[in-house]
Amino acid sequence: MEFLKRFAENRGAVVGAIALALIVVMAITAPLIVPIDPMSTRGRPLLPPGGEFAFGTDMLGRDVLAGIVHGARISLMIGLISTVIAAAIGVSVGAIAGFFGGWIDDLLVRITEFFQTIPSFIFAILLVAIMTPGLASIVTAIAVVTWPPIARLARSEFMGLRRREFVEAAVLSGVSRFRIIVSEVLPNAVSPLIVMGSLMIATAILTESALSFLGLGDPNRISWGYMIGAARTVFRQAWWLSVFPGLAIAVTVLAINLVGEGLNDALNPHLKGRVRIQT
Amino acid sequence: MPQLGFVLQWVVKALAVVLAITILNFFLIRLAPGDPAVVMAGEAGAADQQFLDQVRRDFGLDQPLAVQLATYVKNVLTLDLGQSFRTGRPVADMIFERLPATLLLTGTAYVFALIVGPLLGAIAAMRPRSVFDSLLMVVALVFYATPIFWVGLLLILVFSVQLGWLPPFGMQSMIPVKGALAGTLDVIRHLILPAVTLGLFYIAVYVRLTRASMLETATLDYVKTARAKGLPEWRVATAHILRTALIPIITFAGLQAGHLVGGAIVVETVFAWPGIGRLAFDALFQRDYNLLLGVFLISALMVVFFNMVTDIVLRIADPRIAGRA
Repeated sequence: MEFLKRFAENRGAVVGAIALALIVVMAITAPLIVPIDPMSTRGRPLLPPGGEFAFGTDMLGRDVLAGIVHGARISLMIGLISTVIAAAIGVSVGAIAGFFGGWIDDLLVRITEFFQTIPSFIFAILLVAIMTPGLASIVTAIAVVTWPPIARLARSEFMGLRRREFVEAAVLSGVSRFRIIVSEVLPNAVSPLIVMGSLMIATAILTESALSFLGLGDPNRISWGYMIGAARTVFRQAWWLSVFPGLAIAVTVLAINLVGEGLNDALNPHLKGRVRIQT
Repeated sequence: MPQLGFVLQWVVKALAVVLAITILNFFLIRLAPGDPAVVMAGEAGAADQQFLDQVRRDFGLDQPLAVQLATYVKNVLTLDLGQSFRTGRPVADMIFERLPATLLLTGTAYVFALIVGPLLGAIAAMRPRSVFDSLLMVVALVFYATPIFWVGLLLILVFSVQLGWLPPFGMQSMIPVKGALAGTLDVIRHLILPAVTLGLFYIAVYVRLTRASMLETATLDYVKTARAKGLPEWRVATAHILRTALIPIITFAGLQAGHLVGGAIVVETVFAWPGIGRLAFDALFQRDYNLLLGVFLISALMVVFFNMVTDIVLRIADPRIAGRA
């Protein structure tokens, strides 16, 4: 209850949560709301919005509204899955480094720093291009380039908690290291990780849209970035082809960022109002 | 001589990173499913047996892996990045030809963002929760959430298609203008939209970062002391709060500098700007992996360079850091 109260105090977060809930519902029920294949030709090409097609049609006569509704599935799915994978890698690396310290910590910190030095977007492009474009390669690429900040955060949390009495007590009573990490330390480190994770979903969606815009998406599935990229040659004549999908991306990412900040206020009250920006 | 030790430490670190990136680059191409020779040769047209054999010989793909790696590292260290499989030209030449255009674009966007962002953020922080502050925070939040390429397309729609004020693509007019001054003005006119596009996202980041950093610094004791001494508020804000509050901004700006090239790929694609981003996009389309890997390597080197510059700037801005090391 305390959590909900603090979350609700942030008006932006409430607006974001409502918007995000609507987008999620839209994504889940897409085949029911717009029961057509978004990749199929439905009418004459380049029809402006209004009339039979509320958002118009693209150069192949595909319904833009159907693309927006179905595209939500790809954006949210990629955002969520890549963040879960990145978090799994990041928390594992950070937990081991922070908990054990010593040379293991040194080594893992070096590796993390190295991955932060690599220009992430070009690295993601390379990974997708080499693994052949598709959903799996996009998810992998985003996860590979986004785990370092999580690892650094997890490491500092684990380092702090490692010295606390309840952890020392668990070590002395002979509980295995793995169990201490998972059931003693992790639950205490989880709230800042959740906040960062939620903001990472937003970044992942932006990265996916940029990759798809460049033509690296799954060619058989509609996504918002793909819609804008595919219409690039005709966007001067047909503004609706880029404006609607772009709005969809911006609203979704904005909603997630707002929810992330609300979570930050609610889970880490001592950090209230502090902006967390990924580096 | 602590300074000398610092420089030496940096050189060693930078070399280690360069070596690691080179090795990563080497293995990336081998990560691709199938024969690396086929991958390197690209898909369209070039894959006859004779050509493949030649690629294998040229790249020493018939040698053991360790030998291949050693050759590759040696080549990269002498800036021999191999040849483009599309044009047959040395990759390094192609990249260095395009680098000035990218540096002009990213440099302009970077300076623009670094001036406007912290300035707006500082003004907002001086009057928290005022109308200006609230409005600016909303705008910053929106730009922080908006895909860069989409902002570019919208700016073209408004300023080129609708208003006809600025050219929508390229770096120069199709018909060359006469005279050095007219030529420079022509490039500037072409530069405005892509630089603003790239800069807007970073302005949003710096606005938020500066505001948060200043509000946090404002609660510190030494700021209270400055006020108690009777200093005017603007002096407190600029000489006391801003100076300290800028440290995280410099750190972030340094980290982001090299990553601007990533954003440049998208912006250069939207505006047909003839830099390495556009080169990377073309390479991507033509499956010219060798060229793409070259762009990756060069931009990674730029990151290493900018990180070093940031470290030096930070030492000047915050003497405590030099003492700590």
